[in-house]
Amino acid sequence: MPADLVTPTDAPQPEDNSRRSFLKLSGGIVGLALAPPLAAQAERLTAYSKTIEGATDLTLRINGQVRTVRAEPRVTLLDALRERLDLTGTKKGCDHGQCGACTVHIDGQRVNSCLTLAVMAQGKEITTIEGLAKGDELHPMQEAFLKHDGFQCGYCTPGQIMSGVACVKEGHAKTDDQAREWMSGNLCRCGAYANILAAVREVAGKA
Amino acid sequence: MELDIEPNFADTNPKAGVVGQPLTRVDGRAKVTGAAKYSAEYNNVPGLVHGVFKTSDVAKGRITGFDASAAQRAPGVLAILTHQNLPKLAITPDTPEGKKAIGMGVQMGFLPLTSDQIYYAAQPVALVVADTLERAQYAATLLKVQVATEVPTVSYQDPKAKLFDPTKLTVGKTENQPKRGDAQTAFASAPIQLTATYHHAITHHNPMEPGATIAHWEAPDRVTVYDTTQGITWTQKSLSAMLGLPVDQVRVVNKYLGGGFGCKGSTWPHTILTIQAAKAVGRPVKLALTRPQQFTSMGHREDQEQTLRLGATKEGKLLALLHEKTSTTSAWDNYAETNAKIVDLLYDCPHFEAQTQLARANVMTSTYMRAPGEAPGSFAIECAMDDLAYRVGLDPIQIRLLNYAEKDPSTGKPWSSKSLKECYARGAELFGWSKRNPKNGATRAGKTLVGWGMATASYPVHSGQGNARVRLYADGHAVVQAGATDLGTGTYTVITQVAADSLGITPDKIRFELGDSALPSTIVSGGSMAAGTVSSSVYLAAQDVWQKLTKVAVLDKKSPLYQAKPADVEVVKGRLQLKANPSKGEEFAALMQRASMGDVEGIATGRYGAGYESAQAALNASKTKKDDAGEHSMHSFGAHFCEVHVDPELGTVRVTRWVSVVAGGRILNPKTARSQIMGGSIFGIGAALMEGTNRDPNLARYTNASLADYHVCVNLDIPDMTVEFIDEHDPYINAMGVKGIGEISIVGTSAAVGNAIFHATGRRLRALPITPDKVLDAMRQPA
Repeated sequence: MPADLVTPTDAPQPEDNSRRSFLKLSGGIVGLALAPPLAAQAERLTAYSKTIEGATDLTLRINGQVRTVRAEPRVTLLDALRERLDLTGTKKGCDHGQCGACTVHIDGQRVNSCLTLAVMAQGKEITTIEGLAKGDELHPMQEAFLKHDGFQCGYCTPGQIMSGVACVKEGHAKTDDQAREWMSGNLCRCGAYANILAAVREVAGKA
Repeated sequence: MELDIEPNFADTNPKAGVVGQPLTRVDGRAKVTGAAKYSAEYNNVPGLVHGVFKTSDVAKGRITGFDASAAQRAPGVLAILTHQNLPKLAITPDTPEGKKAIGMGVQMGFLPLTSDQIYYAAQPVALVVADTLERAQYAATLLKVQVATEVPTVSYQDPKAKLFDPTKLTVGKTENQPKRGDAQTAFASAPIQLTATYHHAITHHNPMEPGATIAHWEAPDRVTVYDTTQGITWTQKSLSAMLGLPVDQVRVVNKYLGGGFGCKGSTWPHTILTIQAAKAVGRPVKLALTRPQQFTSMGHREDQEQTLRLGATKEGKLLALLHEKTSTTSAWDNYAETNAKIVDLLYDCPHFEAQTQLARANVMTSTYMRAPGEAPGSFAIECAMDDLAYRVGLDPIQIRLLNYAEKDPSTGKPWSSKSLKECYARGAELFGWSKRNPKNGATRAGKTLVGWGMATASYPVHSGQGNARVRLYADGHAVVQAGATDLGTGTYTVITQVAADSLGITPDKIRFELGDSALPSTIVSGGSMAAGTVSSSVYLAAQDVWQKLTKVAVLDKKSPLYQAKPADVEVVKGRLQLKANPSKGEEFAALMQRASMGDVEGIATGRYGAGYESAQAALNASKTKKDDAGEHSMHSFGAHFCEVHVDPELGTVRVTRWVSVVAGGRILNPKTARSQIMGGSIFGIGAALMEGTNRDPNLARYTNASLADYHVCVNLDIPDMTVEFIDEHDPYINAMGVKGIGEISIVGTSAAVGNAIFHATGRRLRALPITPDKVLDAMRQPA
């Protein structure tokens, strides 16, 4: 793995490293979410190691809390969450970025955590399904999924909800067909699609 | 209140309560917050380590040796288990005695890691255990396996394959080769004869949650297993037999199941192998199948072809149906979906005959997949009926009404209830069927061809039974327990509703516990049996509670019911009162507090299907005859209506409208029921248009074992869907009057799509999935 991948940059990069989509996104509401968190100022004073071998302590900011996890550089963010931090709300459906069950937010953008190494997520703001509600108060997307029965078995649900929240923020839920397309990276084998659509569109309508 | 005459919910609860209301899922909050714990997520088990399979690259051969030197030296490795060192099991399913002792829970008659034989590609050949997942995964790549490779047989279509009649083996001739009248002769003399062959690709259940097991030996002779199973009671029994432990020493837990669709109905090799790995390393082991491994670890729907010959009068009245099926099975088992049943059942036809042939190949055993038999069988009969409609110039609904079966043609028995005509009528109304152009290929939207198709659905009420316990507390709360599972079907929710009405308290006062073999045993959540069985057991257990409290009341001088006859007492919304004079009575809480009863417990066995109507006949019937032991034939029915848009230049098919109307007895919760019907239809749309696993024709390996290459429907594939239910009151099927609805919605679905494509293009496509290449190919042929 190139060492520069773990070097913190001055500004967060878009997930796909595409400058175009980054510029597009940073113009809107998402731009605020993308602004570097204050905590990162202090963290940046300590340079991350250029090379990492074997298990090291990684510092991850998850759901507003700083968590330290000892893991090898090959550990994915998904496995760090599920196997080391007991944040099992994020699901593993395929481990290859094909199903979307592992979707989390990194600096406000939806990301497949199975395709993200934990070590790369240092210095970034990670939000998982466990961090979406404010105490007992559910996020409107969670409420909408309950209301519209946007799930059956519930296994794809955390990924659908994280994706749905981002989809609305991106402005990709303005019509039914647009929301269908931009939610099509999240598979649901129980077939709750029509209800997921209803939930996402309802939240988009209120946004 | 005599339990000898089994009470029926419709009689004791005539007024609407929460049953039948669209209650939001009671487990919903846990699912939307990530709090719901699935089988691979019990990380608090002390000392948990990770297991990973090393699988075979070849489909046939013999293991001649291992080179484990590098793998053993890899950091963190605790054990490398192979057939040479796996702790020995008391019994394995590869002998007839073993299979019998293990029971229905294990379907596959071969257990990897017990011999040097390789029978199918990606068969596990070793299980590597290490302290972390990554280290186990890496060590597995270092393990070298030496194999003497042989040429595999790929499928029934392989020239090497030998077809055989499975009825001579496990199933028994009469069950598997049904025959009524003289179908050959009737067909030969029929004025209209239609013969066609239908192909069905291999399909995989692919629940979003792959199979996973955590095995924790809490004592040398006691193990707890967190397992992705639809049936904890079956799993517990089969594991105890294989381990040689008393049943109570094996505990199986499954609180949340990430979909199943049949593949989690049986206990598959990874579960018992994880348990043995945990034994070998002396620590709890977690093993989660990878997605590619999911394709070769928990069964599939077999590749198959059906030839249906249909004989009819010039007017379109059926005279004869002859059904032949050929499919692939594994080296050891004779599994085949029983497609013929629905072909025999749907329409009034005097002559019927069917036969099934199998061929052994280097594949793992196929298994139950949502409506096994009914789903592919309905594709054949429902496309054939559509063909017949065109042939005689009738509307597709008219041809079905002309051949409507007023009683079950396969048994001659009356239906317990059948509201299929209402389903046709309501579906047609919702869809706007009357505006359909009877001509094929005559409706266009721009350059897109538009087609409307429909098909009939049906699914049997299998015979089953299960237990439940209800504990009612004097403070007005209750705990309800049954060892069921909820694979997204809504079991948590609908049973909470049934308990609420049965106990006369609100749903928020009830905790329904399921998914633990320490709870009263019940049926597997499969075969659309769980809702009807568990709801009936819980309802009856509540009646047991009332019977116990009535006995206390009539002895209590301070009770208004003192010295009343128990038979004169009724319970309405938790109030015990005289039937003749309802003002004389009291709430259960007051009675219990006076009698110093903190709680009262009721237990009951609920029966589903023939066992409810004819307990004695079902008890004494052979295993394959239990469903038919009642005086009535018990089935749910429905109808699907589908609109497709076909691009004649690209061959793409999009489903643009969908209507399903289902008559499934009492609907416990229309919100979850609607979701289940939509989900089953989407499952069927996938099978119709995109799902298929390809086996390499030389190597017998799957070439698309991933969710990128095996296509399931995504959100954009699915249009607005309309689902409605027809009200049905059926007193014969169980105490709640419930017919299962988990599977019916995939029955007829692929035919509805195929019939719509026929209407759009004038081309009949008989090989599933109907992918663009097949459509284009058909468009090049004359209509």
